[in-house]
Amino acid sequence: MSAKNLKEVSTEYMLFKAEREEQFMTGSEAVREAIRRSNIDMSIVYPITPQSESSHLVGDLYAEGYVKEYLRGENEFAVMSEVAGGAMAGIRMFTATCGPGTLRAFENFPMWSGARLPIVIAFMTRAINAPLSIQPDNIEMSMLLDTGMIMLHAENAQEFYDMLLMSFSVAERTSVHIPVGVFVDGFFVTHTRQKVKVVIEDVKLQGYDPAMSPTPTIDMETPPFRYMKDPFVMKSNYVSYAAHASWQQECMASIERARPYIKALMGDFIERENPGAPIQIVASGTAVSQSRAAIKMAESEGIEVGLVKIKSIRPFPAEEVKKALATAQKIIVPEFNRVGWLAREVASVIPNNDRMVKGPRVFGGMTMPPDVIVKAIKGDTRCGV
Amino acid sequence: MSLAITKINPAFTDVMPQEYLDLVADGPFGTNKSAKDLGLFKELIEDHPLCAGCNLAMAFRTLISSLPAPEDTVIVGSTGCNSLVFPQLAIHNVHSLFGNQNAVATGLKRGLKLRFPDKNKDVVVMAGDGATADIGFDMTLHSWIRGEKITTVMFDNELYANTGGQESGMTQFGTVRNMAPTGKKFQKIQVTEFAKLAGCVYVAKLSTANTAKIGQCLRNAVLVAREIGPTYIQIYTPCSTNLKIKPADSVALAKKRVKDDYAFEEYMTAEAEQLLVASGAIKPKKQKDQADKA
Repeated sequence: MSAKNLKEVSTEYMLFKAEREEQFMTGSEAVREAIRRSNIDMSIVYPITPQSESSHLVGDLYAEGYVKEYLRGENEFAVMSEVAGGAMAGIRMFTATCGPGTLRAFENFPMWSGARLPIVIAFMTRAINAPLSIQPDNIEMSMLLDTGMIMLHAENAQEFYDMLLMSFSVAERTSVHIPVGVFVDGFFVTHTRQKVKVVIEDVKLQGYDPAMSPTPTIDMETPPFRYMKDPFVMKSNYVSYAAHASWQQECMASIERARPYIKALMGDFIERENPGAPIQIVASGTAVSQSRAAIKMAESEGIEVGLVKIKSIRPFPAEEVKKALATAQKIIVPEFNRVGWLAREVASVIPNNDRMVKGPRVFGGMTMPPDVIVKAIKGDTRCGV
Repeated sequence: MSLAITKINPAFTDVMPQEYLDLVADGPFGTNKSAKDLGLFKELIEDHPLCAGCNLAMAFRTLISSLPAPEDTVIVGSTGCNSLVFPQLAIHNVHSLFGNQNAVATGLKRGLKLRFPDKNKDVVVMAGDGATADIGFDMTLHSWIRGEKITTVMFDNELYANTGGQESGMTQFGTVRNMAPTGKKFQKIQVTEFAKLAGCVYVAKLSTANTAKIGQCLRNAVLVAREIGPTYIQIYTPCSTNLKIKPADSVALAKKRVKDDYAFEEYMTAEAEQLLVASGAIKPKKQKDQADKA
């Protein structure tokens, strides 16, 4: 197979029709396989564990001709600005980072959204200093909730692969055209081998068409030639305030407008197990896998427990979650972070929050043994209150 | 660009602003205008909001009117007084964040090269001394070290003008400024020397005392960046507002500084010189020396 001979296909064909083969690979290798098919123009990266390996592998794709341009930038803030420059020039960009790198880059993310840049970025989440911890923890997702990007949270390498493949199509819709972050819990997904069904046909996604951008591409080829990206309005008058406010509202609205496109490619925003059970676990990412194990353990003890798996954090499936939890008497939200951001999100959309057990939470690198979730189910207040 | 993008749909002509109509009818696109033609064509800056007597504005106006190919140039700015001019500019331009201008320019230049491999797309960074040499200095230097084919212009007013006259890395040693209440404790950063060390193939240091020279240097820098590698221009643009001097005295100050410590400097590699001579932008050195004597 040669990079040059790949046939361009739609995202729908890539996801649902292209021939696949089950292979045994790490989450990082799943990124390589997704990017191999994604027809990206350029990737700019910076090393940080546990993200680095996936970016090495994207570099290999560049060496093989699957990616046209690739470089290591000088730090994450610079990298995300360089990625923005490429997107402004009208090419398809991909990058990845995690944890401290995410925070180093932070000022760029709302800028990406405000400048309407359809960048796809993978976050392999990691704990944040201090103290230094090179361990799994997804607290950075809490900090990214209101940066104006779409946020998808994959449970495993297979979902990571599929979500990356679908994200370009979602990000690049004219009515959306904002960044998409695809998140996995670092190490747990990136550094373990799992079975992943990957596309083996000689196909790649259709290329990005800069003419589809809702704001002009910065190339002096797109009218009007009198154009600034992103326009700021610095006059102290009501028209200026209204311009800024409506621009940012429009970015928020574009996240909402992405719903049907995400749904068509990813399926429902939530997945359920035992929907009628009086006790329901709500989780995203690898906490879902641990919850499945916990549900089996509880079942063996005669306790019926259901699961609401949330795949999209932004847009957040508020109505779906509210409906799924309508009859639940007890709601457990296990998380891999200190702050319990998913519990906050859930609490903000359901009535009768006293039904909730906001935990168990593990962080700083801890694993989440399923029996800890079972203890929370049984009411052990050491495992979530 | 295809000059066709400046064409106005006849159905919209009556609602287009007059300055846009003027740009289409009498602008500099595709005409090879330069600073010496100022006043004879419709300029690409419309009604900038900078202070009366602003030297940065003088330099900005000269730079923009000296671009060798404004129709195929994109400009990256940064936060500061100069960013207030950018919304008034009839060239595709970017205001991204404070200090990341050379990083954005890197992505833009490489992206445009991928999309238009056979066209010149000049990427010019224009930013203040704070953006270039303080908050964004790592990105400035790394873009040079990587050999990005972009031109970087620093407006050096030796302070943070837009935030109220604070000390910057480019402030002179000992000068009292906001945030340096007892005088600056370290030397002005020698950015032109850093530029040479970091791989800039053309470096010029000058001031608003000689605006004609600003235009020539910008042209040289853009032509060299197009073909060879990174180029850097540093322009002393005193801020009469923060220095609390009369606007009319600011050019006299620039002239004084040229004599004292801001003399014209121009550095270029042999390759850059060869290119500029071949393109007719500069005279060969021998010929130039003779011309100077005459």
